[in-house]
Amino acid sequence: MKPTRLTECGNWVLDRFPVTKFWNDHMAHYYAPKNFNFWYFFGSLALLLLVNQILTGILLTMNYKPDAKLAFDSVEYIMRDVPWGWLVRYMHSTGASAFFIVIYLHMFRALLYGSFKHPRELIWIFGMLLFVALMAEAFMGYLLPWGQMSFWGAQVIISLFSAIPLVGDDLSLWIRGDYVIADATLNRFFAFHVIAVPLVLVMLVFMHLVALHEVGSNNPDGIEIKESKDPWGHPVDGIPFHPYYTVKDLVGVGVFLLFFATVIFYMPEMGGYFLEHANFIPADPMKTPEHIAPVWYFTPFYSILRAIPDKFAGVIGMGGSIFVLFLMPWLDRCKVKSIRYRGGIFKKALFLFVISFIALGYLGTQPVTPVATTLARLFTTIYFGFFLLMPIYTRWEKTKPVPKRLTRLHSLEEQLHTLEEQLPALIEEITELKSVVTEIGHPAFKGTFFNRRPSPQGMAHVISRLAKKLKGSLD
Amino acid sequence: MKNLITLLLLLMLSFGVAASEAIELQEADVDLSDNESLQRGAQHFVTYCLGCHSAKHMRYLRFALDVGVDQKKVLKDIAPEGASIYDQLHSAMNKHDAEKWFGVQPPDLSLIARSRGADWLYSYLKSYYSDTSRPFGVNNLVYPDTAMPNPLWQLQGEQHAEPRKTIYGEYIKLVLEDQGTLSEREFDLFVNDLVNFLVYVGEPVQLERERLGKYVILFLLMFVVIAYLLKKEYWKDVD
Repeated sequence: MKPTRLTECGNWVLDRFPVTKFWNDHMAHYYAPKNFNFWYFFGSLALLLLVNQILTGILLTMNYKPDAKLAFDSVEYIMRDVPWGWLVRYMHSTGASAFFIVIYLHMFRALLYGSFKHPRELIWIFGMLLFVALMAEAFMGYLLPWGQMSFWGAQVIISLFSAIPLVGDDLSLWIRGDYVIADATLNRFFAFHVIAVPLVLVMLVFMHLVALHEVGSNNPDGIEIKESKDPWGHPVDGIPFHPYYTVKDLVGVGVFLLFFATVIFYMPEMGGYFLEHANFIPADPMKTPEHIAPVWYFTPFYSILRAIPDKFAGVIGMGGSIFVLFLMPWLDRCKVKSIRYRGGIFKKALFLFVISFIALGYLGTQPVTPVATTLARLFTTIYFGFFLLMPIYTRWEKTKPVPKRLTRLHSLEEQLHTLEEQLPALIEEITELKSVVTEIGHPAFKGTFFNRRPSPQGMAHVISRLAKKLKGSLD
Repeated sequence: MKNLITLLLLLMLSFGVAASEAIELQEADVDLSDNESLQRGAQHFVTYCLGCHSAKHMRYLRFALDVGVDQKKVLKDIAPEGASIYDQLHSAMNKHDAEKWFGVQPPDLSLIARSRGADWLYSYLKSYYSDTSRPFGVNNLVYPDTAMPNPLWQLQGEQHAEPRKTIYGEYIKLVLEDQGTLSEREFDLFVNDLVNFLVYVGEPVQLERERLGKYVILFLLMFVVIAYLLKKEYWKDVD
C-alpha cells in the first residue's frame, strides 16, 4: 500500500525524533510486575497532582498579585470575581494537601516493600529530594495568600535559621530580605514558588522515573522479576505498563478524584486543616495570633522541633528527622525486602513508627501543654529509635523464606466472594435463637416463637479470634 | 506500655479541662437558601454594621443576582443612599477617624464568618453586658475587653453579668434587665439573619459549589464504573 501524505509526515518526524522509542521504553515495552496492589496507585496519583498543581497554579498567577498590599485582596478577587476562580483556587489548595497525603502513602509503600533497597537506592534518594523540594514548594506557596497564618508561620520557620550560631541572624535576614516577613519576602517566595522549585521538581521527577525504569519496579513480594525471563527476554512475571497499568491506574485516578471532588465541593477548608481559619484574616505584623500552627503536613516535624528544649538542638532534630530518611537504604541491614517475609521485630518497629508519626502530627496542631510536650518527647524518641536502632534490630531479623516467583493473592472480587460465603456462618456465630412464649393477644399469635438475638459470647469469640489474627500478622 | 496508657489518659483529661474552660457557644441556624433571611440580614448589616465596618469583597450586584432580588429593590431597600449597584459594601468611616474614636480601625467583615465561624458571631453579638470599667460601658463574654461598643443594645436591651455556682464550677450568666425594642425571640432571629448574611458574604459561591458538586461526583461515579470494567476487560488474560 502506498503511504498516505499523513503517514509520510509522521515518518518524517519519527526519523528525526524518537517518539516511538521513548513511548516503548517507558510505557508499552516497560515490564512491570503483575501483582501491584493498592499501595502502587500513589506514584501515578502524585504525577497527576503535580500536573494539577502546575495547571491550576498557572491560572492562579494570571490574577494573583505578589504584593504585600494587594496579595490578600487578589486572592479574594479570584474567589469571587474571576469566573471559576473559586474552583481553580480550591483545586490548588486542596491539591497541596492531597499531594502530601499521596506522597506520605507513596513513601510508606517503599517502607513496606523495601523499595529503597539495593538496587533502588538512587530512586529513593531522588524521591527524598523530591519530598524536600515539595516541602519547600508548599512552605513558600503558603505565604502567598498573605493571611495571618501565612505571615506568622513563615515568621516562625524563618526565625529558626537565626538559631544557627554565628551566621544565624545574618542568614535569616538574607532569606527574608527584611527584618520581618515583608513585601521583599513575598516577592522572592513567589519567584521560588512559581518557577524555581517547580523546575527542580519536574527535573527530579524525570530523574526518579529514569532511575526507576532502568532497574525496574519493585513489587509486594520484594523479588526481582528480571531474574526469571521467558525465551524472548521478557520477565515472566511482568506485564507491559501500557495498557495494563494505564487502565488500572485510570481506576485509581477515578476513585481518587471522587475523594478530591468531595473535599473541593463540600469541605474545602477541611475543618480548618486544609485552609486554616486564621488565614482568612489579612497578615498583620503588629498582631500575633493566639496559636500558631503550621499546615497539617508539616506538624510531625514541627512537633519534633518543639519537643527538644534547646532551640538550635530543635532545629537540628527537625532537620535530622528528615535527613535520617535519606539513609534508609543503608540503615536497613535485612536482605529481605518485602514486609511479607520479614521478621516480627521489623513489623512491630514499623507499626510503632507509624503510630508515633501520626501522634506527632496531631500534637503539632495542638497548643503546648506539659503533658503534650512529654508525649511529643516520647514519640520523638520512638521516631528516631526506629531509624537509628535499625542497623541493630534488622541485622538478626528472623525472616521467612522468600519465593522465587511472584505469589498470587486473592483479588478483591474473590475476597468479597469468600466473605459472602462466610457471612451466614458468621451471623450464626454472633447471634443465638431464643424461644419466646406468648399467651396473650390474638389466638393466631399465641404459642412459641423463635427470635434471633445478638449473643455477647459469640461476639466476644469472633473479636478475640480477630485480635489473635491481627497479633499473628505482626509476628 | 502501662505508662503510655496513663499518659494518654492524662492527655485526654487535660484536653477535656481545656475545652470546658472555653465559653460554650450558642448555635446559629445558618440556611443560605433562605433568601428572605439573607435580605433581612443584608438590611440589618447596612443599618447597624456598615457605619463602621466595610465588607469590601462583596458587591451589591452580586447580592442581587445570588439572592434573586431586583437590582432597583436592592438599591432602594438595602444599599445606603447614593450607592451604585456595582459598588462594594464600603464603609463611610475613614481610617483616621476610626483610629481616633475606637483606637483601632474596625476590621473588614467580608471574611469574618470564615475566620470566626457562624456560632462564634452569633454568640458574640448576643453576649454584651454592662461593665462600667470599659470605655463604652459594655464588655463581652465571648470576646472579653472587645473594642467594639454594642451596636444592637437598643434592640436587645441591657444585660448584666451574674456569677453562678454549680457543682461543676463557677460560670457567668447574662441576665436581661431592661427589655429592648425587640423581644428575646425576635432579637435571636435578628442576630441569626445577620449571621446568615455574614456567612453568605464569607463565600458567596457556597450554594453554587454544592449544587455543582453533585454532578461532578455523579460523573466520577460513572467514570469509575466504566474504568473498572475496562480494566477487567484488559486484565482478563493476566492470571
